[in-house]
Amino acid sequence: MAEPVLSIRNLSVEIPTRHGILKPVDGVTYDIAAGEILGIVGESGAGKSMAGNAVIGLLSPPAHVSAGEIWLNGERIDNLKGDAMRRLRGKEIGMVFQDPLTSLNPLLRIGDQLVETMLTHLPISKSEAEKRAVAALEEVGIPGAAKRVNSYPHEFSGGMRQRVVIALALCAEPSLVIADEPTTALDVSVQAQIIALLKRLCRERGTAVMLITHDMGVIAEAADRVAVMYAGRLAELGPVRDVITAPEHPYTHGLMASTPLASRGKSRLHQIPGAMPRLDAVPDGCAFNPRCPRVADRCRQAPAPTVDGNAAACWFPLQHEEAS
Amino acid sequence: MALVSVKNLSRVFDVSKPWLNRVIEREPKAFLTAVSEVDFEVEPQTTYALVGESGSGKSTIGRMLVGLLNPSEGNVEIEGVDLANEKDAAKVDAIRSDIQMIFQDPYASLNPRWRVRDIIVEPVAARGGKTDGLAERLLEQVGLSVKDAGKFPHEFSGGQRQRICIARALASEPRLIVCDEPTSALDVSVQSQVLNLMSDLKDNFGLTYVLITHDLTVVQHMADRIGVLYLGRLVEEGAPDELFERPKHPYTQMLLEAAPRMDGFGREVAPPEGEIPDPINPPPGCAFHPRCPLAGDICRQERPEMRRIGTTRVACHMAEG
Ligand SMILES: Nc1ncnc2c1ncn2[C@@H]1O[C@H](COP(=O)(O)OP(=O)(O)OP(=O)(O)O)[C@@H](O)[C@H]1O
Ligand SMILES: Nc1ncnc2c1ncn2[C@@H]1O[C@H](COP(=O)(O)OP(=O)(O)OP(=O)(O)O)[C@@H](O)[C@H]1O
Ligand code: SF4
Ligand code: SF4
Ligand SMILES: [Mg+2]
Ligand SMILES: [Mg+2]
Repeated sequence: MAEPVLSIRNLSVEIPTRHGILKPVDGVTYDIAAGEILGIVGESGAGKSMAGNAVIGLLSPPAHVSAGEIWLNGERIDNLKGDAMRRLRGKEIGMVFQDPLTSLNPLLRIGDQLVETMLTHLPISKSEAEKRAVAALEEVGIPGAAKRVNSYPHEFSGGMRQRVVIALALCAEPSLVIADEPTTALDVSVQAQIIALLKRLCRERGTAVMLITHDMGVIAEAADRVAVMYAGRLAELGPVRDVITAPEHPYTHGLMASTPLASRGKSRLHQIPGAMPRLDAVPDGCAFNPRCPRVADRCRQAPAPTVDGNAAACWFPLQHEEAS
Repeated sequence: MALVSVKNLSRVFDVSKPWLNRVIEREPKAFLTAVSEVDFEVEPQTTYALVGESGSGKSTIGRMLVGLLNPSEGNVEIEGVDLANEKDAAKVDAIRSDIQMIFQDPYASLNPRWRVRDIIVEPVAARGGKTDGLAERLLEQVGLSVKDAGKFPHEFSGGQRQRICIARALASEPRLIVCDEPTSALDVSVQSQVLNLMSDLKDNFGLTYVLITHDLTVVQHMADRIGVLYLGRLVEEGAPDELFERPKHPYTQMLLEAAPRMDGFGREVAPPEGEIPDPINPPPGCAFHPRCPLAGDICRQERPEMRRIGTTRVACHMAEG
């Protein structure tokens, strides 16, 4: 296989506090290949955004990368300093967040924002950038793009703003896009539009995508592979169909079973007892052990084997026959 | 008899700019019709779900059901009593205590400075009822511990806070609970706990729910009857099997098609056209016509009336059985 666009090796993020060190990301390893969409799922607080923010160098202090490596296109980037990181961020990594307004400057016309981003990162003339700005808006489905380049962000609906953000994220032709809950605030019909758009553009350009969401349906339809996070760790990583239909990790299995599905009818939903631990109370051994139906002594003593490649971080993974 | 009977319910908001601005900018007053001519009935001990996208009027209907907001037109009858127009104060009071509401945000809806015990018994205490041991009993019923009564809301997770909200809603022994997006802020694993709890309580106490949500998987799991709203109007109503298997209104069809599916691996759907129009100036005729693949001339001119087709009701000129 060709070299991955993004490679995260054994990444840990720490937050020092008065009461000790918190580890919102703990030894996470995954790759994303060109043209691949990697879905990242997990409950609120699992560390999904922290891991994404570590990649783009946007951890807010005192949170910092405490161990591991981040490689982008064969270059190590976790040790880049301020300016170098900023340049890389705009050029090689595009970002789409839940709230489109965090990515848009309210005082600038959207055409100017696109032009500025392209001029900073691409060796093109101003008139060329202006032409491309209109084309970029057309590509993301903004009607009347030639006129709308002159509009300000507040003149767009939420869904249209998110389209503009996608145009902005892709205009410098990055090799990686990090989309953190890009459709969580949007209606179902607009969500379908945005996901279809993201899928199409990234496939066409061979962009690698990290798609962070808590919506399993979105992951099933959009992602090639999925990484399941729990308490800062990777619980399971694998092709999306395998992880959803035949999960090996007891947590993934519980998560899938607790989702209401048409095929399950009105029967009681599966419940995972308890809640994800707070960062200052992550249990010893496997972090899932107090909630796990398969727990044994070993799980309380030694951390589960870490995921590397396609597998579950579990001492006693479910066999596929049982998982159905 | 239906527990809830909603007739020709409408609600208009005045969204005009302040008087001086209007004079200077020569603008007329502006009105937004959030809910328009909605009719439905909820049978006792069933769950009626209202679904629709943002701004379709779900919460506005919910607030009118519990009497937090008055209708502009039409009425809501609970157990045969029209809360907004009933003159007999004792009757109104009796019905009021039969209705409770649960909101989406379990963080915002609990007073952070009150202990859980006081939060839970508040609806009963406010009307001078007996509250001895009430909070403790309810906490156990919603799967929390008696010890939790003395704690403050910040000591609980999102799912636990929603349980506290449910315990408070149960305190006055209501017959009807209007749940506005009760699990939208929760993770799926926590959502399943709350949905199971709601089902158990319904069975144990003979509760009736009006469940407001935009999540179709939740609706399919919980509802006995579903009303689909678009721009403040009911466009289709039916039982879940019928509605999910054979949606008759083009908007319902679009919504079901667009909803992501857990078994939809690599599914490529033609995404829906357009967005929800401005509710202040809704399109004439059928409000869905600018986005509807079936729209014809009549749709642009005449608003479709609600019609009965089999066991469903549909407001569409083209819908067939
Ligand atoms: N400054 C901070 N100090 C202490 N803990 C923090 C800080 N910032 C974040 N955390 C914690 O780090 C953990 C990981 O947070 P993160 O935002 O990555 O979660 P997430 O998986 O993206 O969740 P969500 O689905 O809610 O977005 C959480 O438990 C969060 O409470
Ligand atoms: N107090 C108000 N003043 C003016 N307009 C209002 C008011 N309350 C609601 N609206 C408008 O009425 C319409 C219906 O709103 P409502 O909150 O009922 O929608 P909803 O279906 O609950 O949407 P969501 O899914 O976003 O909660 C919206 O266009 C909204 O902006
Ligand atoms: S390692 Fe043990 S406790 Fe952890 S998920 Fe596997 S079986 Fe459960
Ligand atoms: S009435 Fe016409 S425009 Fe409206 S939903 Fe039916 S076919 Fe479409
Ligand atoms: Mg996050
Ligand atoms: Mg609402």
